[in-house]
Amino acid sequence: MSRAAGDIGPAPVTRWIIGALVGAIFAIPLVSTLLYTLQDADGALTLDHWISLFSAANPSVIKPLTAGLGNSLVLAVVTVVIVIVLLAPTMILVNLRFPGMKAAFEFIALLPISIPAIVVVVGLTPIYLQIGRTLGTGAWTLAFAYGVTVLPFAYRSIQASIDAVDLRTLTEASRSLGANWATVFITVLVPNLRSGLLAASLISIAVVLGEFTIASLLNRQVLQTALVVVGKIDPYASAIFTLLALTFCFLLLLALGFAARGRSRKVRS
Amino acid sequence: MTDAPLNLPPTGDNLLLADAGTGTRVDLVDVVKDYGSTRVLHGLDLRIRPGEFVSLLGPSGCGKTTALRVLAGLEDASGGSVLMDGVDVSAVPVNKRDIGMVFQAYSLFPHLRVRENTAYGLRRRKVARAEALQRAQDALELVGLGGFADRYPHQLSGGQQQRVALARALVTAPRVLLLDEPLSALDAKVRVQLRDEIRRLQLRLGITTVFVTHDQEEALAVSDRIAVMNAGRIEQIGTPEELYSAPATAFTAAFVGLSSIVSAVAEGARARVWGRELTLLEPASGDVELFLRPEHLSLVPSGSGDAQGIVQESTFLGSIRRTLVRTDAGELVRVQHDAALRPEFGESVGVRLSDHPVTSRPLTPA
Repeated sequence: MSRAAGDIGPAPVTRWIIGALVGAIFAIPLVSTLLYTLQDADGALTLDHWISLFSAANPSVIKPLTAGLGNSLVLAVVTVVIVIVLLAPTMILVNLRFPGMKAAFEFIALLPISIPAIVVVVGLTPIYLQIGRTLGTGAWTLAFAYGVTVLPFAYRSIQASIDAVDLRTLTEASRSLGANWATVFITVLVPNLRSGLLAASLISIAVVLGEFTIASLLNRQVLQTALVVVGKIDPYASAIFTLLALTFCFLLLLALGFAARGRSRKVRS
Repeated sequence: MTDAPLNLPPTGDNLLLADAGTGTRVDLVDVVKDYGSTRVLHGLDLRIRPGEFVSLLGPSGCGKTTALRVLAGLEDASGGSVLMDGVDVSAVPVNKRDIGMVFQAYSLFPHLRVRENTAYGLRRRKVARAEALQRAQDALELVGLGGFADRYPHQLSGGQQQRVALARALVTAPRVLLLDEPLSALDAKVRVQLRDEIRRLQLRLGITTVFVTHDQEEALAVSDRIAVMNAGRIEQIGTPEELYSAPATAFTAAFVGLSSIVSAVAEGARARVWGRELTLLEPASGDVELFLRPEHLSLVPSGSGDAQGIVQESTFLGSIRRTLVRTDAGELVRVQHDAALRPEFGESVGVRLSDHPVTSRPLTPA
């Protein structure tokens, strides 16, 4: 972290102060929630709420939570599959074969970020009526909607790693050396887009685990809806699970940061 | 240290050299290529002999790279066919055409070491890993990079990367080697060095090679024959000597080598210029423009020679000097002469024509 001559931006000390201030502001609700779960009715510190939750004494609290968490994890997996199997190859195709469509594709991919979830649900309701008739009403079907929700984030991650390599030349080199399309994909594209695909997957998981509006309005039980339900029965359990979920997402984002760093190290040459 | 001249190992020790064959005959027959409503190749005919080094030379946008990509199978032709040893391969996809290609952009796989990069084509041909890596090592020795097998591409210089790309293209002993401006990203010194090494290696391996370039000096230096391309057509194809000394068209005369343009009056195979008569390479009549090579003009004392003029500039080029003269008729001509002669700016001089046959084109209304 040596400071280069042409370095722009605040000095290291200033950076640390800014970082600490921002961190403190973000930490206030989290620490408050943590303290809340560690207090009994009189305000004394206690581990009772944590212990009672994990001793499973209260099935009316644990059951919706485990069911919601289970559904959310399944949704995360299906959404990642959609991103990797559908979005990534489409983007590669657009970049290689139809570069003229790049701008239109980017616009469509980024569109979901500007449409409120509540509006999306209005459009999704009749579609899910049809999905319910053909594929059933299993919670996993929400992944189709989530595939749209994560589109902007996944798109940016993958596009960044596509832009970092000369995709066309690498593909043509591979083809000229005798590789068919499947081999090009496995031996050249996936290894070189690895960090982008990883980042897209992690951010998709984070978005899916944090999604509430669509699931609630379409009457599916996921982690976030379960937290609300449980919150009404046992506010302590709800707070504890919120903390755990946030910690998990935080760790995911850290992993994402490392994935991105791996990419930038490779690009420098 | 790293771009040291190439020392070819003895043939017996190197699988690639031991396998050197006689080369493949390659024919482009009446190849047409359209992009939408734009025709970029107008019925291209090109017959390449086995083991021949042919350059496609032309300005950017002339269709030379498209022609190469059609030959490679990276683009489908809109019409016509590509033949290898007489067999139509037009419908064969690029990965089955058995070609080796070096690209203008750096094309090494960033996630693979140099050795694995080089072995990539062999692995796609189901050669066992150990043997593929051994042959890759042989190919790297050929391009003088045997000691760099464990590096990653980003640890190499541009010239080294293109050498590895060359080794990677040659290691499978392809039927034809395609070079798409492989030197244009390199600095001048490395460019000349690698250019000469490519030629030496090509002669040694006897591989049919097509080289796309916009640099006429590069094409003249290494080619058996050069096809000069302009606006989707081959203007002229011939040996470097033929193209330089007897350009068939005005475009070739202007593009290959340096020419000065002067106006003249043509009558059959003769043209009158500056009170002299010169032989035309192609008969013409009426007002024409002639292409004069700088070495066919000489500088003489003012008052003598075929035309009088004023020195505009003089450039020192080592053993020779090139001087730009504005004649009394207002034409600018470049004269090549001994470096010992040092004309001053604004000096009055005479210019003398030699008797070499010249190329002409009808006078274009200004």
